[in-house]
Amino acid sequence: MLSLNSLIWLIPLPPLVAFMLIVLLTNKRKGLSHWIALGGAGLSFLVSMIVFVKAITTRGLAESPLGSAINWLPAAEKWLKIGVVVDPLSAVVLFFVAWTELMIFIYSIGYHNYGQPAGKEDRAGLPPHGAEVREHGKTHKVPSIEPMYARFFAFISVFAFAMLLLVLSDNLLTLYIGWEIMGFCSYFLIGFWYGKDSARRAAVKAFITTRIGDVFMLLGIAALYTLTGTLNFREIFHNPETMSMLTNTLSPVFHLSWAGLIGVLLFMGTIGKSAQFPLHVWLPDAMEGPTPVSAMIHAATMVSAGVYLVLRTFPLLSAGWSPEGALTVPMTAMAVVGAFTALFAATIAVAQNDVKRVLAYSTISQLGYMIAALGIGAYTAAAFHLVTHAFFKALLFLGSGSIIHGMEHGVLHTGEHVDPQDMRNMGGLRTKMPVTFWTFVAGGLALSGFPLITAGFWSKDEILSGAFNGGHLAVFITLAVAALLTAFYTARQITLVFLGQPRTKAAEHASENKPVMTVPLSILAFFAIVIGWVGIPKAFPGLGHFSPAWFQTFVGLMLPETAAEEGHSPVPLLTSLVVALGGLALGWWVYRKFKDAHAKDPLEIGVKPVFKVLQNKYFVDEFYQKYIINPCLWFADKVVYQFLDKTVIDGALHGIAALGMKLGNLLRFGFDLPVVNGAGDGLAGGTRGLGGLLRKVQTGKVQQYMTIALASIVVIGLIILSFVISS
Amino acid sequence: MIPLSWFLILSAILFIIGLFAVITRKNSIAILLGIELMLNAANINIITFWRYLYAPSGNLDGIILALMVFVVAAAETAVGLGLILSVYRRRKTVVADDLDTLKG
Repeated sequence: MLSLNSLIWLIPLPPLVAFMLIVLLTNKRKGLSHWIALGGAGLSFLVSMIVFVKAITTRGLAESPLGSAINWLPAAEKWLKIGVVVDPLSAVVLFFVAWTELMIFIYSIGYHNYGQPAGKEDRAGLPPHGAEVREHGKTHKVPSIEPMYARFFAFISVFAFAMLLLVLSDNLLTLYIGWEIMGFCSYFLIGFWYGKDSARRAAVKAFITTRIGDVFMLLGIAALYTLTGTLNFREIFHNPETMSMLTNTLSPVFHLSWAGLIGVLLFMGTIGKSAQFPLHVWLPDAMEGPTPVSAMIHAATMVSAGVYLVLRTFPLLSAGWSPEGALTVPMTAMAVVGAFTALFAATIAVAQNDVKRVLAYSTISQLGYMIAALGIGAYTAAAFHLVTHAFFKALLFLGSGSIIHGMEHGVLHTGEHVDPQDMRNMGGLRTKMPVTFWTFVAGGLALSGFPLITAGFWSKDEILSGAFNGGHLAVFITLAVAALLTAFYTARQITLVFLGQPRTKAAEHASENKPVMTVPLSILAFFAIVIGWVGIPKAFPGLGHFSPAWFQTFVGLMLPETAAEEGHSPVPLLTSLVVALGGLALGWWVYRKFKDAHAKDPLEIGVKPVFKVLQNKYFVDEFYQKYIINPCLWFADKVVYQFLDKTVIDGALHGIAALGMKLGNLLRFGFDLPVVNGAGDGLAGGTRGLGGLLRKVQTGKVQQYMTIALASIVVIGLIILSFVISS
Repeated sequence: MIPLSWFLILSAILFIIGLFAVITRKNSIAILLGIELMLNAANINIITFWRYLYAPSGNLDGIILALMVFVVAAAETAVGLGLILSVYRRRKTVVADDLDTLKG
């Protein structure tokens, strides 16, 4: 019997095995591939649920979490250990990751048109164009299966592995490994339709932008390891000596304490991964990927990983902070960046027309919420919003995928050339796609914080009351305005997509999707509503008496000292009621009469210059293009390539080569040819000449030889004789 | 008694005649004849020195040496004539100047 602690190791592995099986063996078999991927995800889902149930029923989970560690790499005298841990935080994160991933896996089967014929013009690297089918004597177009179906499942499997690895890691190193594998998968999946130029660009943009954050994060990890000699969360955070050393030692940068510096560096990783300002630009472009990818990577899991990181390292980020005291530097940074991003992204979302882009900016905004909440010390509220957001945002993304899919069906059916993602081309989908409509409304209400029944209300209210009661009025007001805008753009989206009459023929012929897509939507909708009920605060008027406030108690165990029960002031509650309902009503009211797909946006008529700025996302991309990317390209081209590479390095190399040639020629013509060759040739020539000379003597005539011999003897005789005589 | 030098002069004249024949005659056989003359001139020398210097003591070495020279001369003539005959069969000539295949 496997012990529970070793069972945890098995959670991340099935998707990895599935990835390898698909890539190596079954990549030609579409059906088999998705069964393998689904099996992997399902297995880790089952184990996750077993572990989750065990975790929530264990007493003292925070002090003695489930998990185990093994020696991994020898580092000098010590071993670098890796291990898995399930404590209250990773348990709740594991819960939503396991659920959303499984739902998205199932949904992907339908989204990629499994069971449909292959289109004649479909190419790997491009979205399927649809196939022609003859039925009842008529030819009509139907959606066609994705050409790279197996590849998709392979990538989301390895992605699921990385996310689970990250969640279950008990140390920063394996967390970082999971973090980077996800970055890599994100790159591949955003560029999944690599035949499209925009997708390629988006993939590169996402990869490079998040990399900027990752580099700082790696620096933080390296600094932490250098100072403490370990990367294990518990060994660092539960060791008062280490913590006080980190808090009280000054780092060489800006008079920050080491805890502050490392906190800021780690938070920069989060800025990249969770798409916070100013590194938020990659997330909207990442919508180029298939919608399940947007749901999984860019809503429910990978971007949550950034928030998860700051939740994980919160003891470090908040080192030296007490609920009454001033915020630490990393917390201040988080509060400012988070609150600003929440408002900033919400305003952009108001002016977007692409159904997925609205959600992308909404995701950025909601992540900003969590970061801001954590920045003001509302730890459980941030964790709570992370969980609820993952469910309702995954739901909304899958819902938007369902809308697009339905619209594509309509586009194929009518042959009309309209963008199936543009909300202005939709309208009236309520009756065409009822399941999508109701689930989308559930998600949308949760997102906008519809009071009492939706999960988003409870978590958002927690954050607002945390900000208000903590005395961070600026953060409170910013977040409240962002919440108002959130409700507004959600109502705008629902109104434009589902209400009113169809504005195009394609929308008229849109149809509901198969159960393989609608069932995951329904399950996620269920969570989008009820998951909030586990965290109804005790102080809430009326309902609070019946609530065990389970979430706050459970996740609150993560903090060393439980924060004092705060009084629930009516101000934040009223505020969240007003902004949610007011925003929803306003959004519906403004867009209720939007009739024509080519009509101007009502806001554009009202406040044109502002709308233009919002529609262009405050020109941040253009700003980056002009002041960062172009100078970088200029530098790369002119300085590095033309000057450094072409002139200096190539010049030096060519110079050396030319010098070598010269020297060689000099030696060749100066020494080798005249001296060495000359000597050899001269010897041979001399010998030949001498031979030629001597051969004349060799006449072959015996008598001449005899005469010469005689003459020689006479001469030699005379010489000897002369010597004899003279001596 | 005839003085020693007369024999030596006779021997020298005979040797010169032989040498002259060897160097100047075209016919190979005549060259062989010249060689015979030179050998016999040497023999006269040998016998003469033996007779005047060693015979009184009863030493017979000189005669034996002369006999050896006869044997060698006979053998040499036999081989030489054989070669000349063989050459004549192939080349239909016995002129020494024509036999120059060893020319360099």
